[in-house]
Amino acid sequence: MVGLTAYGAYVPRYRLERKTAAQAMGWLNPTVWALAGGEKAVANVDEDSITLAVAAVRNAHNGPDPLCGALHVASTTFPYARRQNAVIVREALNLPEGAAALDVTGSTRAGTSALLAALNQVASGAVRRAWVAAADVHRAKMGSADELLYGDGGAALAVGDEEVLAAFVGSFTLTADFPDHLRETEKPLPRSWEERWVRDEGYLSLIPRAVGAYMEKAGLSPEEVAAVIYPCPYVREHAAMGKRLGLPPEKVADPLAAQLGDTGAAHPLLMLCRALESASPGDHLLVVGFGNGVDVLHFQATDAVVSFQPAKTFDALLARRAPLVPYEKALAFRELTPVETGIRGEFQAEPPLSVLWRNRRAVLGLQGTRCSRCGTPQFPPQRICAVPECQAVDETEPYLFSHRSARIFSYTGDNLAFSLDPPQIYGIVDFDEGGRMMLDFTDCSLEAIQVDQPVELHLRRKYHDAHRGVHTYFWKAVPIETPQR
Amino acid sequence: MATGIKDKVAILGMGCTRFGERWNDGAEDLMVEAFQEALQDAGIEKHEIEAAWLGTCFDEVNIGKSAIPMAQALKLPNIPVTRVENFCATGTEAFRGACYAVASGACRIALALGVEKLKDTGYGGLPGFDTAMGTLNRFILPNFTAPGGFALMATRYFAKYGISPEEGKMALAKISTKSHRCGALNPKAHLRKEISPEQVLKAPIIAWPLGLFDCCGVSDGAAAAIVTTPDVARAFQKNPVLVKSLQIAATSGEEMLTTRWDGTYLKTTTEAAKRAYAEAGIAKPREELSVLEVHDCFSITELVTYEDLQISERGRAIRDINEGFFDLEGKIPCQSDGGLKCFGHPIGASGIRMIYEVYNQLLHRAGPRQIPDPRLGLTHNLGGIPSFSVCSVGIFGL
Repeated sequence: MVGLTAYGAYVPRYRLERKTAAQAMGWLNPTVWALAGGEKAVANVDEDSITLAVAAVRNAHNGPDPLCGALHVASTTFPYARRQNAVIVREALNLPEGAAALDVTGSTRAGTSALLAALNQVASGAVRRAWVAAADVHRAKMGSADELLYGDGGAALAVGDEEVLAAFVGSFTLTADFPDHLRETEKPLPRSWEERWVRDEGYLSLIPRAVGAYMEKAGLSPEEVAAVIYPCPYVREHAAMGKRLGLPPEKVADPLAAQLGDTGAAHPLLMLCRALESASPGDHLLVVGFGNGVDVLHFQATDAVVSFQPAKTFDALLARRAPLVPYEKALAFRELTPVETGIRGEFQAEPPLSVLWRNRRAVLGLQGTRCSRCGTPQFPPQRICAVPECQAVDETEPYLFSHRSARIFSYTGDNLAFSLDPPQIYGIVDFDEGGRMMLDFTDCSLEAIQVDQPVELHLRRKYHDAHRGVHTYFWKAVPIETPQR
Repeated sequence: MATGIKDKVAILGMGCTRFGERWNDGAEDLMVEAFQEALQDAGIEKHEIEAAWLGTCFDEVNIGKSAIPMAQALKLPNIPVTRVENFCATGTEAFRGACYAVASGACRIALALGVEKLKDTGYGGLPGFDTAMGTLNRFILPNFTAPGGFALMATRYFAKYGISPEEGKMALAKISTKSHRCGALNPKAHLRKEISPEQVLKAPIIAWPLGLFDCCGVSDGAAAAIVTTPDVARAFQKNPVLVKSLQIAATSGEEMLTTRWDGTYLKTTTEAAKRAYAEAGIAKPREELSVLEVHDCFSITELVTYEDLQISERGRAIRDINEGFFDLEGKIPCQSDGGLKCFGHPIGASGIRMIYEVYNQLLHRAGPRQIPDPRLGLTHNLGGIPSFSVCSVGIFGL
């Protein structure tokens, strides 16, 4: 039996109230007021589709996975057109060098198409386990409907043939050059055709056609299905599709428009992650990807579905939130408008790529060394043990830090260092099993952190060298917010 | 068995520019100004200088690499000139080079000069650490600044000793207030206004918990010393200032590569001070020292340095601060010239500027800041940030 063996979603901490954007841009395009309910998730300034993909996989599985034979990463908003994005994710996850890595892109259907490819890969026996991660971090024109409809998020699924929690039953694909959203290769922002046409001829026409065709092919009736998971950023049309498919409202998965917005390539997989948390053994789930066609994937939950839980449940991801205000901050985060960085902020040292290659396991994988003689973990990797009474030479073994628990040793909020989300918060963290690092902190506020507070480590973008076209990634500490604080 | 440097080198003359935003002076102007004062003070001719050391740190925004800029600016006649750099210990490092040359017998008279032209960066604070820490660190160090690096120590110190932010910030405010009183009396200082602790507490935060007045100024400046053997010096003056000790300690990395260091002290200062006291023959620094010029890049640095130098007991510096122990009228005045706090910190110049103050105090030339009957003075520099530092300690006496 081939199917899903693990799942995890990721939602960025910032939420933009749609009202905030409508208040800022309604003067230009009053129709955005019609979309101004609820909020959407917005990636932090140091997040992009690579970091969201990494975070989603790590929510599904903490630590290396030596069985992994392939990694498919799907996004319509990859930072790189050349330099494979998936392999950066693979390095960060410390997945085997022998694992295939593939970028899947070009359409919001990329997430489900990647999943389908991974399922077929495992079914063919080519690999024992494949990981699929999908993420999007959107950029949209100021005052556009897209600016309100689309949010940022990620989702990851493991595909295998052992300990399957949802068996893959079948699929149906319809590809169509339905040009609702277009973005030319070199252009930063998408353009879309008339919304009424997108809704009526796109979502309302193509999704019911494809889902109907699959159900007919599989001999599946609406009564037998536990949930149908399909994206559509327009709330009314989303509901109308359910009716058209003969589904009662409780069988239509919530598209999370009010909480997250449509997360693009990630959205059907993210909704699937949520549905799996509450699925019962035997449940039939249909997952639909939309974008220049439709993918329909059919899963049936097994008994194992109740025994798996991601590190952070979907409700926990939704509960971790901070309002993003003002509106201009959202623009600055996505480099949509020039801001004064000061002369200090203009300076960017060249990131030498040969240095990155030589140190990729330390930089992307957060791999240090542990002294084989005295057992002390050290980062960055050392040839000579730093423990004064040990000083063993070349007696080290590789040691991964990224999945280990750590606490704040000290911290500061720096107003002198340039940051697009000031103050720049950083500090020193001590790992519970040994090891110490000075790291940037992210997803936190200065007022809510303290010495000894536990932190998680997350891969984040360290900086974007726009002049040279280099995105640099490293690990940052995210203080764990405790409920009483 | 090494015999150390004690009483093997004497200071023949010194010079120091006015520190400040010297918008219309380049590093060359500052070097000439400090050098000419030192030459005049020593009472020698330029050709008597047999070797020279230049200390300068941020060559990117300053004079460039090598010793050539100084050799050319001062028109030194093809003598050996060496440029050294060791973060904020750079000035003392240049001085150490000149002293070792004299002590070894390689030279009769040597020059040490430190200079930094910092105000051509276009922004406040020091240049970023992006290019200063090697290529791997560009990928793995946080986006930090010097005040932030030292703020981490304040956070630790407050946490370890159970000090509330209000209480801690007040103690730090008293340190800065004390230094400003001295700076106001010094025509060569950059910042010459007295301040109150209340002003310090109200100032904008630079890097929590450090505010504007917890941070030293950023200035241009140069300072120079001409050193020789005690015998030669005695031909010029009856009672020359002698070098009692010069020590440098650089981190082995233990602070960050293990979890042993508790972040409330400087391992390098502690070690350099121990060795310096041994070299100078000082058994009880709290009783024997007359004046301190410590590296008060930030108020918290000065606070922990009191402890690292064994003047205050660990965890008890705040009590000494509150009792005025380090005030100009106190038992051991610290920063009698105003310190980095009021001079600002042109990196290469600071170490020699501190020696300049101790030299003037020992020769009773400190004017309204003169300490009665000083015998031994100590200078201290700290480069890097507490988690990876290099420290220098100098001791001087008659």
